[in-house]
Amino acid sequence: MVARGLSETAIAIASSILVRPDITPMIDVQHITKRYGHHTAIDRVTFSVAKGEVLAFLGPNGAGKTTTMRILTCFMPATEGTARVAGFDCAAQPMEVKRRIGYLPETPPVYQELTVTEYLTFVGRLRGMTGPNLTSAMDQSIGRLELGSVRHRLIGNLSRGYRQRVGLAQALLHDPPVLILDEPTVGLDPKQIIEIRELIKSLAGSHSVILSTHILPEATAVCQRVVIISGGRIVAEDTPEQLSARLRQSEKISVTLKSPPPDCETKLRAIPGILNVFQGPSNGTFIIECALGRDLRDDIARYIVANQWGLLELRTISMTLEDVFLRLTRHEEGLPQPVEAAS
Amino acid sequence: MTPVQAVIAKELRGYFVSPIVYVVGAVFLLIFGLLSYLYVVFAGAQAIQLMQMQGGMAQINLNDLVFRNLFASMRFVLLIILPILTMRLFAEERKLRTFEFLMTSPIGINEIVAGKFVSAFLIYLGLLGITGLVPSVLMLFSDFDWGPVLTGYLAMALLGALFLAVGLFASALTENQIVAAFVGFGILLTVWLVAGLGALFGDTAMGHMVSYISFMEHYDRLVNGLIDTSDLVYFASGLALMLFLTHQVVDSARWK
Repeated sequence: MVARGLSETAIAIASSILVRPDITPMIDVQHITKRYGHHTAIDRVTFSVAKGEVLAFLGPNGAGKTTTMRILTCFMPATEGTARVAGFDCAAQPMEVKRRIGYLPETPPVYQELTVTEYLTFVGRLRGMTGPNLTSAMDQSIGRLELGSVRHRLIGNLSRGYRQRVGLAQALLHDPPVLILDEPTVGLDPKQIIEIRELIKSLAGSHSVILSTHILPEATAVCQRVVIISGGRIVAEDTPEQLSARLRQSEKISVTLKSPPPDCETKLRAIPGILNVFQGPSNGTFIIECALGRDLRDDIARYIVANQWGLLELRTISMTLEDVFLRLTRHEEGLPQPVEAAS
Repeated sequence: MTPVQAVIAKELRGYFVSPIVYVVGAVFLLIFGLLSYLYVVFAGAQAIQLMQMQGGMAQINLNDLVFRNLFASMRFVLLIILPILTMRLFAEERKLRTFEFLMTSPIGINEIVAGKFVSAFLIYLGLLGITGLVPSVLMLFSDFDWGPVLTGYLAMALLGALFLAVGLFASALTENQIVAAFVGFGILLTVWLVAGLGALFGDTAMGHMVSYISFMEHYDRLVNGLIDTSDLVYFASGLALMLFLTHQVVDSARWK
């Protein structure tokens, strides 16, 4: 017993010397699998989040986003694999993990019978905060999410958007190093969405954030890295820009014309650099494909104006993350192999 | 304030915001008051009869005629009412998805279970306290032995605690409050009927063992003014078992 204790101590000391804390990722997930009977919800998922990084978790419904988050927040254990948050194992030291996480589940976990202040007081006390500590944390949280005007109202009487913000205030209350947000902008109006995104962006650097979303521009707007998960497996992991670049084969331009001639498509095809032209979704709209890396907008515009076809609109259609996402999650064959997490 | 106290405070607040506590409290007090009134009136009628037969002042025993009957009748009232007091405790958390929040907060399951149980028990003790008015008023007009009345109250408190723990367990099983109330009610009624099953075996070792499982004989002994360690052990172990089972159910609910 003593010898074992000693060797464990020795290993602990050695690892504390050898592992530099700034390199250790805040969230480190290694090959976690979660099975419910015969159904595999997530299958050997591996990724990590560095300190101060914001990671988006993208995937269609039922892909395993929430399951992964629930494992990270110690709500449920993984069947296989290890998940560590701030160096603590989710299965072995759940209390330490829970103290360091702010979690916003899919449905904001609010008690309708409490006022915003009462609710945040309760949350703070559960986390062992008391007195002036709690008061200042609450004021900060309420200020950050602009809940000042509703702080004394019952949560049950608040709108969906406010409840969502109260849920976020709850997650931020104890200023945790790790934030796990399950669809944080659901139910908010556009102005609030922008504000919350700004808030999340402002957390980057000091906090590690994982947010799941199915609103793809959100991932592009706030995250440094995107993990796309489908059918319980990670199908891609990269920065938003590189993901779309990797899957883009050609540039596309959409033009809308007031009076296009019948042979418009053939004529447009004559412009050098244009690969293909086809009818767009509405009358008078054409999608023009040109070679990658060439911007032909100027040429096309000049050509159309010279022919007096009545140029109403001209824009590039870039391959959005949405397209990437759809492509990755729809057909899984013939895709690049899942990218291993940077360690 | 510790996390457990925070849970208790939050649950108490929840009780007083929802109509449950007012409805349950009103029904409980109404029935208690009505039963007291009826037993006192019966006792009075018996006293008049005795007076006519014997002449002069008749000695009537309020302990036997009022309190014992009252406490015996309250068993059934508690059986119906207490699962309603506990039905929301876990079922609502699961329904409104705050359960996940609780389970991911740095607070142990036993602290959550304890906090919820204590909050319901405090409400119940408050109601019992109000019923203290009945013996207090009767004391002004008659003479009775407080001893059995106090053990009767102890019996009500212990039985109530056990019922609340069963109700809490039932609430942890489901996210539907009505189902929780009915399951609690069903468990309690079954355990009650086990006493009848024990009586079926008669005065045998088997009969005693089966009867011991039911709360009837333990409750009745206390109501009769007999404080027996074995009855106290029964209530304490029953309570501990139900709270432990609640803990297990809550713990396993995360796996789904």
